[in-house]
Amino acid sequence: MLRFILIRLGLLVPTFIGITIAAFGFIRVLPGDPVVLMAGERGVSEERHAELMQQFGFDQPIWLQYLDFLRNVMSGDLGTSLVTKKPVLVEFMALFPATLELSLCAIIFAAILGIPAGIIAATRRGSWLDQSIMGTALIGYSMPIFWWGLLLIIFFSGMLQLTPVSGRISLMFFFPPVTGLMLVDSLLSGQKGAFASAVQHLILPTIVLGTIPLAVIARQTRSAMLEVLGEDYVRTARAKGLTPFRVIGLHALRNALIPVITTIGLQVGVLLGGAILTETIFSWPGIGKWMVDAIFRRDYPSVQGGLLLIALVVMFVNLVVDLLYGLINPKIRHVR
Amino acid sequence: MAQSASPASGAPRLEGDRAALLREFWFYFSENRGAVIGLWIFLFVCAVAVLADVIAPHGPIEQYRDALLKPPFWMEGADPRFLLGTDAVGRDILSRLIHGSRYSLFVGCIVVSGALVVGVILGLIAGYVGGWLDSLIMRVMDIILAFPSLLLALVLVAILDPSLTNAMIAIAIVQQPHYVRLTRAAVLSERNRDYVIAAKVAGARAPRLMFNTILPNCLAPLIVQAALSFSSAILDAAALGFLGMGAQPPTPEWGTMLAEAREFILRAWWVVTMPGLAILITVLAINLMGDGLRDALDPKLKRS
Repeated sequence: MLRFILIRLGLLVPTFIGITIAAFGFIRVLPGDPVVLMAGERGVSEERHAELMQQFGFDQPIWLQYLDFLRNVMSGDLGTSLVTKKPVLVEFMALFPATLELSLCAIIFAAILGIPAGIIAATRRGSWLDQSIMGTALIGYSMPIFWWGLLLIIFFSGMLQLTPVSGRISLMFFFPPVTGLMLVDSLLSGQKGAFASAVQHLILPTIVLGTIPLAVIARQTRSAMLEVLGEDYVRTARAKGLTPFRVIGLHALRNALIPVITTIGLQVGVLLGGAILTETIFSWPGIGKWMVDAIFRRDYPSVQGGLLLIALVVMFVNLVVDLLYGLINPKIRHVR
Repeated sequence: MAQSASPASGAPRLEGDRAALLREFWFYFSENRGAVIGLWIFLFVCAVAVLADVIAPHGPIEQYRDALLKPPFWMEGADPRFLLGTDAVGRDILSRLIHGSRYSLFVGCIVVSGALVVGVILGLIAGYVGGWLDSLIMRVMDIILAFPSLLLALVLVAILDPSLTNAMIAIAIVQQPHYVRLTRAAVLSERNRDYVIAAKVAGARAPRLMFNTILPNCLAPLIVQAALSFSSAILDAAALGFLGMGAQPPTPEWGTMLAEAREFILRAWWVVTMPGLAILITVLAINLMGDGLRDALDPKLKRS
């Protein structure tokens, strides 16, 4: 197992270097002067220009700039936001819990609904129930989620007035962040109604972000289940006279879940991409919205740092999924 | 990869063979009712796009100052001239949707063909040549895949300047790693088969082996992937348009229309609902077709 982990970690090194090159390179592939580009329409004076060139090290040869950048990254220095003048890493860490909370809720929502839906569809294969579940899943899979979010706002916030339109918690409540997860912090604060408000704010974004993973999980569970249900050991379990519930719940599900878990892990990239849209629609103060804002403000150090950090998060989660998969399924760890 | 199971594969196919294959394909494809429905809807959208100038009742950017935010025909206060109502500056939504279908299909076609051509060539080289070139290509693809695709496309467009063309380039770049991986995997499994070795012994050179001998036998998964990425290209382009990084107003692109309509969501739901519905129906139709294609082309997944 240790060997397996080490090999997996080793494979990450070139990818990591590649990610740093990509994040480093993107601002430099632009035609024209990076300082003028960052200044945008405001423009800069001659002296300020030279000063900035030196400050960002743009006057150095490119490979030296890259090594500098890599050294800074390794020591946790991702530069300073042009807009807020705060370190990019600090900003990222402050906003990341919001995205983490939203993504976790979305994936839990997707798994709780998607896995049973897939199981039901598989066990009632070909029935109207199967067809309607799979039809719904395909609609969910095809959903433009930015539109879906707007529809939910129209219906639940506009017509029924049940949920708030934006933000993480009502402005009535204020408490210092402890974990950064609003659900936990609101409970810790002990303020009455804070938790309920946090939940209300979370519901619609969770549904929106969870829709595509939900559809993917339901489809994947169904096909994994169908494959397993055809196996000999399931037939044996049936022949032994076990109740259908035990056959499906105990014998089939356990094996069908392995590919499903991988699918859930692979949804992380999808979630972070979806977070950009979801957070923009609901003004959710997470890294997705932060990245979009940074792109629009031409805050290139933030874009560069954010790109790097998000890629690292995806890489890390994929590694964890890989390792978990190796843990569940010993076949994999011996092959490589 | 998928078709190699049948004994006919690899041998030079005759015209009669091809017709039989097509018939077999259609047999399996038409068994899937959803896929056929999807195909019809897709053909309908194509027809709408081609005939947009003829069937659209109004011009896509023509403004009627006397009819702002008119509701669709079944609601009170509707204007009979505008079947699906008008937007905030008095443009006919139906006409904009009809013209918008052109952009979506155009995006899908360009992105898929771009990503497919580049991806297949890189994948063939990686799989056939191997060695350091293979490692280099695959590592670059890993790096592209390490970023969430929408985020990467967003940043690329921001660098290139927001426009529909640049959005298409960005989406094609983030999609092509999937083609590279698929092609490479298929090539690796085909490379040492007898028919390839036979062709090599007969004196075929590398390009001929790659494109004429191996490639036709790797097509099935690529076609399925093409259908999938056609729909996700439309979705991504609409998402970029929605974020203001795709087609720019007043282009009647569906995502851009949604972005413009956002501020009216609580006052005029139809301005928001219609473009999204158009995206959903088109994407759904293509995904239905994609499922049918997969069932028909990939014997491993057949009827699962």
